[in-house]
Amino acid sequence: MKSRTDALTRLQSAGQYALELEAVSRHFGALVALADINVAVKAGERRAVLGSNGAGKTTLFNAITGDFPVTTGRVRFFGEDVTDLPVHDRIRRGLRRTYQISQLFENLSVIDNLYLACRGVSQNRFALRRPGPSDARRAMAQTLCELVHLQDVRDADVSTLSYGQQRQLEIGLALAGAPRFILFDEPAAGLSPTERVELIEILQALPSHIGYIIIEHDMDVALRVADTVTMMHNGRIFKEGTPEEIESDPEVQALYLGGGH
Amino acid sequence: MTTPRSYLGQIQPGWWVLAAFLLVYPWFATNFFTYQIGGYTLILGMIALSLMVLAGYGGMVSLAQITVAGVAAYTLPIFGENSVGVLGLGWPEWVLYPFAILIAAVFSTLVGLISVRTEGIYTIMITLAIAVSFFFFARQNYALFNGFQGFSGVDAPSFWGIYWRDPMPFYYLCLACAAFFFCATVYGARSTFGLTLQAIRDNPRRMGALGYNVTAHRVYAFFLAGLIAGTAGVLLVLFNGRVSPGTIGVDIAIDILVIAVVGGLRHPIGPFLGALAFVLLENFAIDLIDRERFNTVIGMAFLLVVFFSPDGLIGLWQKAAAKMRRRDNHGAKPTVKSTGEETQADLA
Repeated sequence: MKSRTDALTRLQSAGQYALELEAVSRHFGALVALADINVAVKAGERRAVLGSNGAGKTTLFNAITGDFPVTTGRVRFFGEDVTDLPVHDRIRRGLRRTYQISQLFENLSVIDNLYLACRGVSQNRFALRRPGPSDARRAMAQTLCELVHLQDVRDADVSTLSYGQQRQLEIGLALAGAPRFILFDEPAAGLSPTERVELIEILQALPSHIGYIIIEHDMDVALRVADTVTMMHNGRIFKEGTPEEIESDPEVQALYLGGGH
Repeated sequence: MTTPRSYLGQIQPGWWVLAAFLLVYPWFATNFFTYQIGGYTLILGMIALSLMVLAGYGGMVSLAQITVAGVAAYTLPIFGENSVGVLGLGWPEWVLYPFAILIAAVFSTLVGLISVRTEGIYTIMITLAIAVSFFFFARQNYALFNGFQGFSGVDAPSFWGIYWRDPMPFYYLCLACAAFFFCATVYGARSTFGLTLQAIRDNPRRMGALGYNVTAHRVYAFFLAGLIAGTAGVLLVLFNGRVSPGTIGVDIAIDILVIAVVGGLRHPIGPFLGALAFVLLENFAIDLIDRERFNTVIGMAFLLVVFFSPDGLIGLWQKAAAKMRRRDNHGAKPTVKSTGEETQADLA
């Protein structure tokens, strides 16, 4: 049932949804980047967002994390209204994101990048002591390092990594701590076919309680890692459905898949 | 396990030589060189170090570091004793000095709160505005700051049978403070907070997306830098015996920036190198040119260093060391490591 306008249904479902966007819009001056977005994503659900450039996909992510405040509307995370919370408070509640263009700490090593990610969602962020080898966050960073296949370049500066490795680290940063919901912004962009396979493996290996939204241009990747698909066009939600429904929808084919497919 | 002993083991031999030299320096140096050159270099170096912590690790260039030192310097005659008959509450020294440092750190925190939401040139402008306002406020306010004249007659303490303004004890006092903050900075750069600060410098937006309150980390950096500058401010007023608006003028604020940049912002030794160069020029440029041309010399030195080595004197040293190493290795088997990396490691 998609018609969840009924207040009672909403109340009952509160807490069951990882993410609820209610009439969210975002304007940049006269430009309407997001218009009246209503989305509800269940806990553990994996959703792909498709759409051409400028459809508002990344702006949607920025509205969810709080990178940009929304112009109107409310954002709820696991039932809690987070619309007015700063980015770091949303992250501490279990939200994570990656960036389309890697946002890494170039002058620090891989393990220090991961350590910072683990420390960011725990206590003692202001500690003036060096993290010792027995530090739990160090151990977690080490585990993450292996998880995203970066063990060989553990102590290398991030600026020396290959593009693919930087994309892997970008994902590693988003997996730190205990994520409950992750926003992946085109994680496969620019990856080689082999790296794409590795990426799909990493995504499929995530514990089932962790839901995510993935922005992906590559339909093959998107359809393999998502249960549901949302199509965006000109800042609006255009279609929602299962991958099969979306793929076979004539309107979607006309608009997005085009004559090439 | 990383024990203190293993930290000591990691220190390059060059640092031990430097430490030994600094310890025996007053035994062969004249009083002038011990006090006016040695002591003053360490004080200016500490103020510039507080700027290096903010700018080098945090990416925040503050022109108000001399003002922070000035707050501590003014606290001494106001709450302690002075000879001009304004205020002078006569607090005992063991309360007064920590209190002065704390007041300076709190002031620095306020400067941080005002300025950290800005970036780059705007941080410089806001901190400059704070420095200028405090300067004029101190010069025009007679009730608290005794206006243009300021305070004189600030005496150094005497205990353990030592008068601490005598050149040798004062030098060691400055050396102890400078060494403490230098080591703390080297250690702290790899601490959790040190890493967060450098990461915020590189990518504040991502740090927010990792759960860090970027503003709070920046403000805390201002607090820590305030402890360093405040300590230097206490030593500065003991050094001069007086403090006036001239101590915290805009020209001095610029000098601190020049010292830090000429020395180099990449490593905590930079500010001390810059301070040494500055103090030597300040004292001996007069032998070569007119007193009023001093600032021209400083300005030209600044231009030359920035032009030839964006990393300041540290960068020059590293280039020279790299060149020496290449010469040593000439004809021998080629080195695998790049020289740049090696010299980096030497300093780290």
